[in-house]
Amino acid sequence: MPDSDLLWQLEHVSFARNRRPVLDAVSLKIRPGKWCGILGPNGSGKTTLLDLLCGLLEPNSGALAYRGQPLRQWSRRQLARRVALVPQDFALRFAFSVREAVEMGRHPHLGRLASMPAQDYALVDAVMAEMGIAELAERPVTQLSGGEKQRVAVARALVQEPEALLLDEATSNLDIHHSLAILNLLRRRVDGQGLTVVAALHDLNLAGLFCDELLFLKNGRLVCHGETAAVLRPEIIQEVYGVQAQVRQDAFTGCLQVSCKL
Amino acid sequence: MAARLGFPWAAGALLLLLLTAMLLAAGMGFMNIPALSVAKAVGGHFFPSLAAGLDPPTVAIVLDVRLPRIMAAVLVGGMLAVCGTVFQAILLNPLADPYTLGVSSGAAFGASLAIVLQVIGLTLPQSFSVPLFAFAGSIAALVAVLTLAAGDQRLSSSSLILSGVIVAAILSAAIGFLKFLADEQVSIIIFWLMGSLSSASRQDILLLAPAALAGSAVCLFFSRDLNIMAAGERAAASLGVNTARLRWTLLLTCSLMTALCVAVSGIIGFVGLVAPHLLRHLAGPDNRRLIVLSFLGGGLLLLCADTLTRAVLPAEVPIGVLTSLIGGPFFACIFKKRQQSNAGF
Repeated sequence: MPDSDLLWQLEHVSFARNRRPVLDAVSLKIRPGKWCGILGPNGSGKTTLLDLLCGLLEPNSGALAYRGQPLRQWSRRQLARRVALVPQDFALRFAFSVREAVEMGRHPHLGRLASMPAQDYALVDAVMAEMGIAELAERPVTQLSGGEKQRVAVARALVQEPEALLLDEATSNLDIHHSLAILNLLRRRVDGQGLTVVAALHDLNLAGLFCDELLFLKNGRLVCHGETAAVLRPEIIQEVYGVQAQVRQDAFTGCLQVSCKL
Repeated sequence: MAARLGFPWAAGALLLLLLTAMLLAAGMGFMNIPALSVAKAVGGHFFPSLAAGLDPPTVAIVLDVRLPRIMAAVLVGGMLAVCGTVFQAILLNPLADPYTLGVSSGAAFGASLAIVLQVIGLTLPQSFSVPLFAFAGSIAALVAVLTLAAGDQRLSSSSLILSGVIVAAILSAAIGFLKFLADEQVSIIIFWLMGSLSSASRQDILLLAPAALAGSAVCLFFSRDLNIMAAGERAAASLGVNTARLRWTLLLTCSLMTALCVAVSGIIGFVGLVAPHLLRHLAGPDNRRLIVLSFLGGGLLLLCADTLTRAVLPAEVPIGVLTSLIGGPFFACIFKKRQQSNAGF
């Protein structure tokens, strides 16, 4: 039964691209207020799963519901008021200013010919300050560094005021300082404001630091899904990635950390 | 980056420039007419008392000979520039415009075909069939170019422009064949290939003005979505933009506008490329403003070029040839600059 307290509910969802199966009979539930990490090797279907969750792709078979309502009944606009996506590479083709780029996040909330109300400007200012890009506001986005661009992308998604945020390896191209800064900020929103984060990740240690629960994908199949402490285990890492792993409770960070070798 | 001009200032300045240029252009030509008389003649059209002191030939030259052509230049230039802005925003490519994408050539082929069918003996009302065939031709060319470039997911500039070149080359051979078939009517087809505003009539204005208004309104209506398209297909969709619908609505609208321009004036290249490009540097890339500014700027640009060939140069050079002679090197410069700095526009 679809449940409107859950965010996403997938039942036997499959997706194929050019007749090649990318996701195979995936069933899972994503609860609000948690940080869920999606882990798996390259080509395991992480990005496809995110695309399905935000309605950019439709499953070939199976049932996919958001808030108890089939996802295909949500219009792009309705869904964009609740779910935001931060892609791996932020790009804007033309020289919009940072402020203009962040303001784009208000698009799904605004009438077509309406201009932004005063509280929206305040929101944009507040989020830019939070992301540390307030002083870049008038700079063209095409001149920013990779770390700055990615902070603009996260700011744009936060300005959307979503209840759920999808991260598609949003910090993979950033150095560790910028990664931690962005992820810490989002973690505070999860704890403080009940934001839900679903993040495709490459780095097992970042997953250990930030995720409440993890799901592992391999060749388009869901290997397991559960609390981080329960599923971040050497035998699962061995099965999914084919590497030997050691998982330990790390005293320095207070989280599970992983060491791997072939 | 230079400080951007405020929108009201930029739009006001362009509008003023455009009106001044129209006034001056109406006075220039074989017979020079002072600007004041031009203003009186135009005013006299609405309030007859204003034109009291003018001799009838002056009024006729201004109202019946020069003004339709001037209006056509402004409307065609404005529409082509709006189309260029929209094509550039949709295809994420600052080198896209109706001419470089082969849409203009497609429209010219359609228009030529309509004429040739008449020569062969198929009688269709020309005022109706030429724009219709031009529209069909422009859509077919656009679909062909997009299909050719579709293998490249990002629709990158090089694959799009190569596709445009391929389609335009095939169309130019096809138009050559039509010229061969057209026999004695060949001069009309040559007119379409070189572009000219000299035969623009009041009827053409009645066709162009509503199209310019409606087409630009559609583009403006979707202008915020267009801005977001700059973030790429996936990000735009996640921000609530129905990308497929937007793309087709605007490509169809712009192909229709281009087809009407071509039906009236033939192929006029590069206006749709140059005007938005310059204005984007002056006023920023926000399409809500850029579409309005491009219309004014494109109209001004084509009016100046047309007045140059009509009244200043010793012999009338076809306007399409002139804009390509000016715009071609400009295109080359952008292309070169793009190669050097991989930055966005």
